[in-house]
Amino acid sequence: MNEQIVTTVRGKDRYKAGVMEYKRMGYWEPDYTPKDTDVIALFRVTPQDGVDPIEASAAVAGESSTATWTVVWTDRLTAAEKYRAKCYRVDPVPNGPGQYFAYIAYDLDLFEAGSIANLSASIIGNVFGFKPLKALRLEDMRFPVAYVKTFQGPATGIVVERERLDKFGRPLLGATVKPKLGLSGRNYGRVVYEALKGGLDFTKDDENINSQPFMHWRERFLYCMEAVNKAQAASGEIKGSYLNVTAATMEEMYERAEFAKELGSVIVMIDLVIGYTAIQSMAKWARRNDMILHLHRAGHSTYTRQKSHGVSFRVIAKWMRLAGVDHIHAGTVVGKLEGDPFTTRGYYDVCREDFNPTNLEHGIFFDQPWASLNKLMPVASGGIHAGQMHQLIDLLGEDVVLQFGGGTIGHPMGIAAGATANRVALEAMILARNEGRNILEEGPEILAQAANHCTPLKAAIDVWKDVSFNYQSTDTPDFSPAVSVSM
Amino acid sequence: MRITQGCFSFLPDLTDGQISRQVQYCLDKGWAVNIEFTDDPHPRNTFWDMWGLPMFDLPDAAGVMMELAECRRVYADRYIRLSAFDSGHGWESVKISFLVNRPKEEPGFRLHREEAAGRALRYTTTAYAADRPEGRRYEG
Repeated sequence: MNEQIVTTVRGKDRYKAGVMEYKRMGYWEPDYTPKDTDVIALFRVTPQDGVDPIEASAAVAGESSTATWTVVWTDRLTAAEKYRAKCYRVDPVPNGPGQYFAYIAYDLDLFEAGSIANLSASIIGNVFGFKPLKALRLEDMRFPVAYVKTFQGPATGIVVERERLDKFGRPLLGATVKPKLGLSGRNYGRVVYEALKGGLDFTKDDENINSQPFMHWRERFLYCMEAVNKAQAASGEIKGSYLNVTAATMEEMYERAEFAKELGSVIVMIDLVIGYTAIQSMAKWARRNDMILHLHRAGHSTYTRQKSHGVSFRVIAKWMRLAGVDHIHAGTVVGKLEGDPFTTRGYYDVCREDFNPTNLEHGIFFDQPWASLNKLMPVASGGIHAGQMHQLIDLLGEDVVLQFGGGTIGHPMGIAAGATANRVALEAMILARNEGRNILEEGPEILAQAANHCTPLKAAIDVWKDVSFNYQSTDTPDFSPAVSVSM
Repeated sequence: MRITQGCFSFLPDLTDGQISRQVQYCLDKGWAVNIEFTDDPHPRNTFWDMWGLPMFDLPDAAGVMMELAECRRVYADRYIRLSAFDSGHGWESVKISFLVNRPKEEPGFRLHREEAAGRALRYTTTAYAADRPEGRRYEG
């Protein structure tokens, strides 16, 4: 379809007052070869019935860069051809009738250095409400090294986080305190202490724990730090609790983060809903204050989950690595929340690799160099338990935080026992993997053996052995050779 | 108490066979294995004493196990850990670290609380054993 003959109007005719098709205004350039310094975006475009896909894609290029609905003579006061985004390729989506992949290149000068707010205001600004489209989804982006280098990147990064915590060679273990609402500070700290003493590395505030009538933030911070320090002394290990500093204003977030620092916390936490600018501000604060910055992706499923419209999480993951958070929830595959195995693998690669080669089966459409930006630690959380340890390590590798919330706190013998069960399962599986055993096949046997010297693990396996979440994923790769079902 | 630093502290102490297989895993990855010992197990005591240099370019775990046996003979009453170092770009740090020797008795840590302004506390963790001079901390 890229062979469609379109005559781009050039010269003074291009600027005659009136309305002209986007594809004839210079927003469709099938002969254009993207420059190494261009930002590239891939959109899934669903035109309204009867709208030419090339015209729809050119309109996306236009509306996300210089165009408006009519010709304006003031374009002639600018280097307009440079600033126009150029759609250079449109492909029908495999098995997606009525949908098209539009590749659009943007000149680097269209973007402010180091600003996700500016980048996203262009790329996902007005264009998503554009009437000639039924739906629009930003699937992937390629950032040139020149642009990557204008961002701080993760404040701490995986390597330095491990060095600070003195924890190497295995996934980190965490748990979100439950119930997520209603506990007093004192009761909340009890859960933190039990979980950390039992063997977890981290506990975590949930996304909606901020400062409510049942527990104001200072109470939580004070009791959590008592629990962290007591567990640290009881185990001889560094422990942490993600103190959620999300608040209504930037000033309040800084105040909470400063208090966490004064109390000696190694980590603070923010929610995605605070917005890109606030996230970048907190990333700078975290870098200045030797703090690990955890990001909970609260709200993302409102725009990432459905394939027809919104923004893919792989794009959000890329933006967040640029923005500079250290942890990001990136899916579990086996747990209770959306997560196709191939797509999730793509997110993890975005977080952790220094170079992402194009891999359509994982939803990665472009080569992406990260130019030594720190690595971002993915977090797997939501409906996972010790009995899945072999699958989790096989799917997610070792540079990941595995968070067993219910799987720790819901343990029949108590929270500390739940934590111990998870830690023993984890260490036994890493030991076996390193010895060259096939953990995916032998996993249940390895866990059973480990449970022989660990009653809590035995109890955990007995309680949760039949729990799995087998549902069809909604966000699957378009180039997968087979239909994928999350395990 | 039992200090749970390192990758495998929640499992029963590793046998020499198990240690050797972990070492071989590291060597096969091209990592240099390092033996370190200390009698101050404070969680932020980063720089344990090195038993010689990290063992670069070693093909077989037997070499590490020999050194470990010698280190254990000299420092039986201290913590000894093995760590493996990856010099690859983008990591250039420790890849795995685990304890391979502990003192017979592990008295643990004192948590000292100093009351500060508001309800804040300043916490300090000290190994009980660290009250004694270095080198004599875990003598009977």
